[in-house]
Amino acid sequence: MVKDKDYLKKTASFCIDLAKKLGATSSSAAVMHSISETVNFRNKKLDESDRSDNLGVTLTTYIGKKKSSISSSNLSEDNIKDLIERCIETTKITPEDEFNSLPDKDLLGIETKNLNLYDDDHISNDEKIEYLKEVEESAFKKGIINTESGFSETKSNFILANSDGFLNGYKSSSFSASCVAVAKSNENMERDYEFTNTCHLHDMAKPDQIGSLAAKKTIQKLNPQKIESEKISIIFDRRISKGILSSLAAAISASSIARGTSFLKDKINEKIFSNTINVYDKPDIIRGLGSSYFDTEGVKAEELKLVDQGILKHYLVDTYNGKKLNMQSNGRSGGTSNLFFEKGSISYKDLLKLNHRTLYITETIGHGSNFVTGDYSVGATGFMVENGVFKYPVSEITIAGNFKDIFKNITLADDLEFKYATNAPTMLIEGMVVAGK
Amino acid sequence: MTDFFNKTDLSRKDAENIVSNTLNNCDDGELYLENSKSESIILDDDRIKSSSYRSDLGYGLRAITGEVVAYSHSNEISKNSLKQSADNLKSTLKSKKGTYNNSISKTNEKFYNNINPIEKKSLNSKLELLKEVNNYVRSKGAIVQQVTASFAGEHKAIEIIRSGGEVLTDARPLIRFNVSVMLEKNGKKETGVYGIGGRQSYDEYLKNDNWKKVCDEAFRIASVNLDSKPAPAGEMKVVLGPGWPAILIHEAIGHGLEGDFNRKKTSAFHNLMGQKVASEGVTIVDDGTLHQRRGSLTIDDEGTPTEKTILIENGILKNFMQDRLNARLMNTRSTGSGRRESYKHVVLPRMRNTMMLNGKYSQEEMIRSVDKGIFAVSFGGGQVDITSGKFVFNCTEAYEIINGKIGSSIKGATLIGDGPSILKEVSLVGNNMMLDPGIGTCGKAGQGIPVGVAQPSILIDKMTVGGTQL
Repeated sequence: MVKDKDYLKKTASFCIDLAKKLGATSSSAAVMHSISETVNFRNKKLDESDRSDNLGVTLTTYIGKKKSSISSSNLSEDNIKDLIERCIETTKITPEDEFNSLPDKDLLGIETKNLNLYDDDHISNDEKIEYLKEVEESAFKKGIINTESGFSETKSNFILANSDGFLNGYKSSSFSASCVAVAKSNENMERDYEFTNTCHLHDMAKPDQIGSLAAKKTIQKLNPQKIESEKISIIFDRRISKGILSSLAAAISASSIARGTSFLKDKINEKIFSNTINVYDKPDIIRGLGSSYFDTEGVKAEELKLVDQGILKHYLVDTYNGKKLNMQSNGRSGGTSNLFFEKGSISYKDLLKLNHRTLYITETIGHGSNFVTGDYSVGATGFMVENGVFKYPVSEITIAGNFKDIFKNITLADDLEFKYATNAPTMLIEGMVVAGK
Repeated sequence: MTDFFNKTDLSRKDAENIVSNTLNNCDDGELYLENSKSESIILDDDRIKSSSYRSDLGYGLRAITGEVVAYSHSNEISKNSLKQSADNLKSTLKSKKGTYNNSISKTNEKFYNNINPIEKKSLNSKLELLKEVNNYVRSKGAIVQQVTASFAGEHKAIEIIRSGGEVLTDARPLIRFNVSVMLEKNGKKETGVYGIGGRQSYDEYLKNDNWKKVCDEAFRIASVNLDSKPAPAGEMKVVLGPGWPAILIHEAIGHGLEGDFNRKKTSAFHNLMGQKVASEGVTIVDDGTLHQRRGSLTIDDEGTPTEKTILIENGILKNFMQDRLNARLMNTRSTGSGRRESYKHVVLPRMRNTMMLNGKYSQEEMIRSVDKGIFAVSFGGGQVDITSGKFVFNCTEAYEIINGKIGSSIKGATLIGDGPSILKEVSLVGNNMMLDPGIGTCGKAGQGIPVGVAQPSILIDKMTVGGTQL
């Protein structure tokens, strides 16, 4: 069982009180506990079980405008006392920073509606095993030589407290299952996957769906070709298209803006996407994978329309960087919540047919995003699509461009679904360069 | 040495009994205890942005029978908690029966006695030095727009208790000093990053104003990139510089030679043992015993002493990297490559310091031999798909080569290749082997661990460069 609210509150209050006694002018503390149980299968047999019990505390102390922090997984009272003393000593010798402070009191969040983020249902390891048997049974198709699948259940609870009287937290749960299949043909081996991840047990996808999709996607990738280097229209599968939103989020975080290290600095109220594009960040989706009642500082997070008809409307602002930029926190310390593109108006099928030849990307590898310049270059695998029909798999190529151009050349399909915390429909991008042969 | 049984109701005797009891009918397993302390100080945007300290304590109890691994970890070192973990393991392995192998190899001499980078240098002197770093870099001119500098230090004490009461311990210091510089000229912004580190005290790295060299290097890389032009796209010859570019070896070859992927036959190398997988003259080793490198450890995280493992010798595949589990199932021995990020993670076969050894050519000869290609001096991150063998990495400093001469610098290109075939495309191996500066972190299955790489310059006959210029 995860620790209850009383235990977490007691520990958090102990930290805040002791910090004050030792000379902190203000402080904040978070205490978290999570228990997670995972079972993994391989080739229809039990491979691994893993039980993870994680307790942790973090404390930030301020003396005027000086700040320092500690964190620990050892919550024995002696250890906590030593650490808080150390934290205060460190705070004293750390130089002042005029922007250091707790969030404004009147911005702090309280639960106003129930987001239903916790499911008390427990699924035993034996039941997980039954689910995984079905997953792997449906994954073992002709050509598949290896399957690995896993089922994970996590229950978490946390409390966030600060010396202005904030003391709030909530339980959450997560259930996830995945299957990775490997297929072989001649000397070529390929791998692909499918997964489900939900807040509530009964929202999970059916096991045979996970297994058969993983197998199907893997077999489709066999015997890929390398194509010529060329400029060509590219479609991002929904697995990849959400990455464009993650890049946007990284580039509009108040920290990158304040440091001047973002290609979107000073672009508020400017057009960065085409007219048809709208982007939302909505923290209060019921059972949403990115939902939360308040951000990591306790600030209430309201829904934001980050991009309105192509125009950038907000940065993601936390207290510290907000003060630097002379802006109020909008509850985005720790990043976005449920971030998504509003769906487009064209169907998936029509998007495939929009050009005679299109490269459909299902996976990218590498870390080729530069948020200072906007340059983007990653390895990719996918399929060549001709007149709306998938012709053959493609691999060992790279795709490259600059986010400033990419953002302006996006067409979205109408197939938005909420499978991750950040979600985007299938996406067509014009004008990127493919490097191949 | 950390006493894990101080201040708990769990005595060493209790722990040993629970371990022996749990592992009796298993093939392998252990209790792994860890106490780590880490400190991080970051200067950014002209001020100390954060100073933080972390102390972490916990255990992981592991039982293995056949191919099945049962693992349970917690931060609560207590009788109750350990018993609960033991019950959890027993329920997973209830129908299995194994034979515990008590023998464990004789251990290395301890590498890192008495080095504690956190306590040894005072916080005040670290804060002062970061301010000096900031002033030094900013004094290079108005084009310096942003400076970030950081110290990260860690001290980790581990103890392994095996069934039958055998105990192995190790202490592992690790530090890193990093500088990132952003320059702006004519509206164009570019970043340069450089860092150094390893398993020594800070003083060893920072003496003789060594820190200035780190700053100079970060500034130089950013300056080079300010004058860069877009990278070409397509297949061409690539010369890799010595040292850090060996992450190509790490990604393209190293991961594919880890025992687990080969036991599961999901690595492109699994059926190539004893066969020619690289050009003649290519020898690659993975060495966990090098002096004070990031990947160097007295023992691995299962208690096996680390060693120098020959992976590829003169083009022929000789060994995979093994932990105890995969070695047992593949009928071979552990190479001391069983590693984990922390007590929260299961052991996997991992790399330590992966190195391509010297050949006989000079870098100049290589560049002279190229009509059209690129010279890649440094990289950011890389990634590999073990199954298909495809890998990528991103250049952070690269130049075009035209008619045997180094030309303009090019920006942000990604290189992509195929692991099993790339080593056959290596046509010249240089004589200038260099270790990386001590900055590598390798990710696998969500676990990040410190590693090292080394290589001389090499010429690759054909690789795809992922630029934007057709």
